[in-house]
Amino acid sequence: MSEQTATPPGAENPVFYDVEDHPHPPGASTMLGFWLYLMSDCLIFAMLFAAYGVYGGSTAGGPTAKELFDLPLVAVNTAMLLFSSITYGFAMIATDEKKQGATLAWLALTGLFGAAFIGIELYEFSHLIHEGAGPTRSAFLSAFFTLVGTHGLHVTSGLIWLAVLMVQVARRGLIADNVRRLQCLSLFWHFLDVIWIGVFTFVYLMGVLR
Amino acid sequence: MAQPLFRSLRLWPLAAMPLLGACSTVVMDPAGDVARQQSHLILWATGLMLLIIVPVMILTVLFAWRYRATNEDTDYDPDWDHSTGLELIIWSAPLVIIVALGALTWVGTHTLDPYRPLDRLAEGRPLTPAVRPLEVQVVSLDWKWLFIYPEQGIATVNELVVPVDRPIRFRMTSSSVMNTFWVPSMAGMIYTMAGMETRLHGVLNRTGKFEGRSGNYSGAGFSGMSFWTYAVPETRFASWAANVRRQPRRLDVPTYLKLERPSERVRPIGFGGVDPRLFERVVAMCVQPGTPCMDMSGHGMQKGVNNRAPRPGEAEGALTREPHEKGSSPHLSAPPGPAPGARDPGHRANRNLTWALPPRGPIARASRAEA
Amino acid sequence: MSDTLLKTIFGRLTLESFPIHEPIILGTFIVVALGGVALVAALSWFKLWRYLWTEWFTSVDHKKIGIMYMILGTIMLLRGFSDAIMMRLQQAMAFNNDGYLNAHHYDQVFTAHGVIMIFFVAMPFVTGLMNYVVPLQIGARDVSFPFLNNFSFWMTASGAVTVMASLFVGEFARTGWLAMAPLSGLDYSPDVGVDYYIWALQIAGVGTLLSGVNLLCTIIKMRAPGMGLFQMPVFTWASLVTNVLIIAAFPVLTAVLAMLSLDRYVGTNFFTNTGGGNPMMYVNMIWIWGHPEVYILILPAFGVFSEVVSTFSSKRLFGYTSMIYALIVICILAYLVWLHHFFTMGSGASVNSFFGITTMIISIPTGAKIFNWLFTMYRGRIRFELPMMWAIAFMLTFVIGGMTGVLLAVPPADFQLHNSLFLVAHFHNVIIGGVLFGMFAGINYWWPKAFGFKLDKRWGTISFWCWVVGFWVAFTPLYVLGLMGVTRRLRTFDDPSLQIWFIIAGIGAAIIAAGIGAMLMQFYVSIRDRERLRDTTGDPWGGRTLEWATSSPPPAYNFAFTPVVHDLDAWYDMKSRKASRPTEGFRAIHMPKNTATGIVLAGLSTVFSLSMIWYIWWLAAISFAGVIGYAIFHTFNYDRDFDIPVDDVRRFEDARTKALAAAEV
Repeated sequence: MSEQTATPPGAENPVFYDVEDHPHPPGASTMLGFWLYLMSDCLIFAMLFAAYGVYGGSTAGGPTAKELFDLPLVAVNTAMLLFSSITYGFAMIATDEKKQGATLAWLALTGLFGAAFIGIELYEFSHLIHEGAGPTRSAFLSAFFTLVGTHGLHVTSGLIWLAVLMVQVARRGLIADNVRRLQCLSLFWHFLDVIWIGVFTFVYLMGVLR
Repeated sequence: MAQPLFRSLRLWPLAAMPLLGACSTVVMDPAGDVARQQSHLILWATGLMLLIIVPVMILTVLFAWRYRATNEDTDYDPDWDHSTGLELIIWSAPLVIIVALGALTWVGTHTLDPYRPLDRLAEGRPLTPAVRPLEVQVVSLDWKWLFIYPEQGIATVNELVVPVDRPIRFRMTSSSVMNTFWVPSMAGMIYTMAGMETRLHGVLNRTGKFEGRSGNYSGAGFSGMSFWTYAVPETRFASWAANVRRQPRRLDVPTYLKLERPSERVRPIGFGGVDPRLFERVVAMCVQPGTPCMDMSGHGMQKGVNNRAPRPGEAEGALTREPHEKGSSPHLSAPPGPAPGARDPGHRANRNLTWALPPRGPIARASRAEA
Repeated sequence: MSDTLLKTIFGRLTLESFPIHEPIILGTFIVVALGGVALVAALSWFKLWRYLWTEWFTSVDHKKIGIMYMILGTIMLLRGFSDAIMMRLQQAMAFNNDGYLNAHHYDQVFTAHGVIMIFFVAMPFVTGLMNYVVPLQIGARDVSFPFLNNFSFWMTASGAVTVMASLFVGEFARTGWLAMAPLSGLDYSPDVGVDYYIWALQIAGVGTLLSGVNLLCTIIKMRAPGMGLFQMPVFTWASLVTNVLIIAAFPVLTAVLAMLSLDRYVGTNFFTNTGGGNPMMYVNMIWIWGHPEVYILILPAFGVFSEVVSTFSSKRLFGYTSMIYALIVICILAYLVWLHHFFTMGSGASVNSFFGITTMIISIPTGAKIFNWLFTMYRGRIRFELPMMWAIAFMLTFVIGGMTGVLLAVPPADFQLHNSLFLVAHFHNVIIGGVLFGMFAGINYWWPKAFGFKLDKRWGTISFWCWVVGFWVAFTPLYVLGLMGVTRRLRTFDDPSLQIWFIIAGIGAAIIAAGIGAMLMQFYVSIRDRERLRDTTGDPWGGRTLEWATSSPPPAYNFAFTPVVHDLDAWYDMKSRKASRPTEGFRAIHMPKNTATGIVLAGLSTVFSLSMIWYIWWLAAISFAGVIGYAIFHTFNYDRDFDIPVDDVRRFEDARTKALAAAEV
C-alpha cells in the first residue's frame, strides 16, 4: 500500500484507485482486537481491585485478612499459575517450530497446572466458607471472593478454551487459523498471570501486612 | 399585513413568561442568606456565559442567512479552512470565560460549603462567635421526615420550625434508602444516607412558611415526602417549643421503631420528649435493641460505613434460597386502592417495594419482630 | 403438584405475573400480540422469512447491520416516547389527586423511559450510524470482525427484547434509570424489576463493548491507502474517540452491575446498608461509566454535524485539526468529571470545586467546535437541505443546553438545581438538541446512500419544525419549574399554581409526537415516491468523503477497487481532479460468509437472562451451557469466507457505469 501513498498530492498522474490486488488476510486485526478486549477486561479487574481497596477494612466485626489468609498455600497456588505460563511459552515456541506433537504436550501440561491452580483455589474457598467467612459475611469478604473468583472464572474459561484448541490443533494441525487462536490464548493466559501477580501482592501480601 | 403583526405582538407576553416566571421563583428569590448567595452565583454564571452564547447564536443566524446558497452577492471561499488568529480567538474566548467562572466556582464552593458553619446572617450582618447555631437532627424515614431538636428535647415529624435569623446546623441521616434534604428557600440540598451522617448549615432571614422536600427518588411514597418549614421570631419559637414539650408523646425506641415503618403523607406529629441518644443510634444502625452498633472506627484510613455485622439470614441471595422461599413476582405487586398511609403506618400497601416477598431488610425485620 | 415442585420448575413465575387484571396493559399486550401475529402471517404469506433470514438476520454486511440498528432504535423510540407521554399526562393532571397512574406504575414508567431512551434508542442510533458509515468513509469493504458485528447487534436486540418482556411479564424496575443502591438492592426492590434491568443492560452491554472493539480495530487497521490518521473524515474521528470511550467505560458498567447482581443473587454486601456495604460506591462507579456514556452519545452527533455543515456549506471544514484535538480533549476529560453528578453527597469543597472546574473545562473544546462549525458556514454557499436544517437547529439549541450544563457544574448552584426539573430540562436539552438532532441529521444525510433515494423534504420539514418547536415548548417549562423548586420523578403535586407549566410541557410533548408522526410519514412517503426521489449518481449532496464515491446503495463489497486517498476531503479531491473510475479489470472479491451463530447465541442469552430473572435455575443452567456449547461449536467451522465471482462484480459495476453516464446527460 505504501507505493500508492508515495504519490504526492500535486503529482502529475495521481493514482486514485488501487487496481492492484492486495488481499486482506482474514484475521489481520485479530491481535489488535484481542488486545483491546484484554484492556477492557483489565478495566473490569481495575474496578474489582478498587472495590477491594475500598472494602478491605469493612469487615463488619468479622474476620480480617490477617486472620484468614494462608500464605504458604497461596504461594503454592501462585507457583502453579507461573509454571503454567512458562509451559505455555514453551508451547508457543513449539508452535513456531511447527512441532504439533510438542505443542500439544506443552498445552496439556499447561492445562494440568491451570487445573491445579483452580483446584487449590476451590479448596481455599470451601475452607473459608466452612469457617463462616463466606462472601456474605462482610463487604471485605464480598470484595475478596468477587475479585479472586472472577480471576478464577477467567482461568476456568481459559482451561475450556485450551481444551477446545487442543482438539482443533489435533484435528487440523498448526494451520494459520489455529496458530492465531493459540496466540490469542497465549495473550489471555499471560494476562491472567499478570492479574494474579496483582491479586497476590495487593490482596494476600498486603492483606496479611495490614 | 397588520393582522399578523398584531398577533405577534399579542404573543409577546407569552414569550416573556418564562423569564418573568423564572425571576420570582423560590430558587431565585429565596428567604435565606445561603440560598440567596447561591442564586447570585447562578445569575453571575449565567451572565458570564451569555457573554459568549449570545454572540454565537446571533452569528449562527446571521451566517446561515447571509451565506445562503441563493445569495450570490457574498464571498464564496470554498478552500478557506484555517486561520491561526481566528483559531486562537475561538479557543481563548471560552477559556477566558471559564477561567473567570472557575475562580468564581472555587471561591463560591468554599464559602458556600454546606459543612462550613455560617459566618454571616446576611449581607453586612456578620455573626459573632458567641451566637450558637440551633442544632436540628434530621432523619429521613420511609416516607417522612423526623426532626429532633436536642437542645429543646423535642422532636417533630414533617414539620420544621426554626427561629428567624438564627443559623441552623443540620445533622442528617437516613433510616433506609437515600433522600436529599431540601428547603429551597433556605439552602441547597444534601443527601441523607443510612449508616452515615451528613451536614448542612443554613439560615432563614424572613418569617414565613416554606416548602421542604426530598429531592432524591426514594420509592413509592416519594411524591408525598414534603414538609412545611416555618420561620418564626425567636420568642414564638420558644413558645412553640414549650408547647411541643407539653405533648404527651415521647420518642423512645419502641415509638421510633413504629414510626420508622413505611407510611405516606403523614400529618405533622410532635413529641414532647426524645431519647437523647436516638440520633447517634440511628446513625450507628442499632436502634433495634440487641443489635450491635456499627464499628465507627474502621481500619486504617478507612472510616467504617455501614460497618455492622449482618444478622443471620440478612444477606441471603436468591441463589441459595429453597424453592418455596423464591416467592412470586406478580405483575402488579402494588395492591389496588390508595395506601392507608398515616392511618395505618405498618400496612404493607404503604410500601409497594416489599410487598411481594416477605419483607426483609432492617426495617422490615423490625416490624416483623414487632408483629 | 406441590408448591416446591412448581417453584422449582417455574421459579417465581406464576399466573399472577401476567397482566390479566390490568386492562390497559392487557389491551396493549393484545394489540402487540395481534400485530405480531399479523406480521408473522404477512411474512409467511409473502414468503419473506427466507429472505429476511438469509439477507438480513444472518448477514455480516456492516451496511445491513447498521440499518437493523437504526430500525431497532426507531421501534424503541416509539416505546420510550409512549412512556414520556404517559409521564407528561400524569404530571399535568395529578394536582391534589392521584392522577391516573399509581406509584407502582408511574415509577416503572419513568425508569423504563430513561433506560430505553439511552440504551435502546440513542445507543442503537449511534452504533448504527457508525456501523453504516465508518467502513465506507475509510474505503473499507467491511469491518474487522464481521461476524462479531452481527453478534453485537443481536445482543443489543436481545437486551431490548428483555426490556420489552418486562412490560407484559412481571414488571420493570422502579428505581430510576441508574438503579441507585440501596434502593435497587434486594431489601428494597425484591421483585423482578431490577433483575430485568440488570440482565437487559448486561446483555446489551456485551454487544456494545464488542462493537466498540470491532469499530476501533476497523478504523485503525482498515483505512484506504493514503489515509493517515489526520486524513480521516471527522465523523470517523468522532467514531474512533467514541469507541475508545466505549471500550474504556462499558467494562465499568459490567463490573458495577455484576456486583449489584451478586448482592441480589448471592447475598454479598457491596451496596447494602449493613455488613460494611457502601451505597456511595455504587453511585461513584455507575457514574464513572455514566459520564463517559454521555460523550459516547454526543461525539458521533458532533461528527455528523461536521460532515453536514461542511457538505452543505460547500466548503472545507474550518479548523479540522482543532476539531480533532477538541474530540481528544473531551475524551480524556470525560473521565475526570463523574463526581459532578453528586456534589450533594457531602464531598469537601475542594473536591467539589475540582470536579466542577474540570467539567467547565470541557466546555472549552465544545465551544471551539461550535465556533468551527460557525466559521465553516462563513463564506460558504449554504444549501438548506434537511440535514443542514437539523444542524442549525442543533447549534441554536445545544448552546443553551451547554450553558445550563456549565451552570450545574458550579457546585453551590448545583446544590439548588440538583435532582430538580431544571436538571431534567438540561439533559433533555443536550440529548434531544444534541444527540437526537444529530441522528436525524445523519438519517436524512445518509438515507440516499443507504437506499438510493432521498427522503421527502416536505414531510421532513414538518417533522423538523414539530420537533424543534415541540422541544422548546416541552422543556422551557421544566427549566422554570426547576427554579420553582420542583424535583424530578414526582408523581403528584399539591401546589395548583404549578399546573399550567406542566400543561404547557404536555402540549410540547404532543407537538413532538406530531414530529415523530411526520417523520414516520416522511419515511412512508419517500418509500412510496422513491422513483421521484431517486438518485443514480451515488452523490446527491455534493459530498466530500469516500462514502459518496460508490453507488447508492453500495454493493456488498462497497468498493470494487479500493480508493487511494491524497487529501482530507478525499472524494471532493477526486472529483475536482477528475479522477476516473476504473471500468474494467475487475477481480473476484473475497468476503465473509453469513452466519446464524450471532442470532442463535443472542437468543440463548435471552433465555438465560429471562430464566435468571425468574429464578428458573435449571433453564438458566441449560441455556448457559447452550451459549458456551454453541460458541465452541462455531469455532470448529473454519470455512467462513467466499469469493464474490468476478462476473457479479463486473455486472454490477457496468450497471453503475451506465447509470453514471445517464446522469451526466
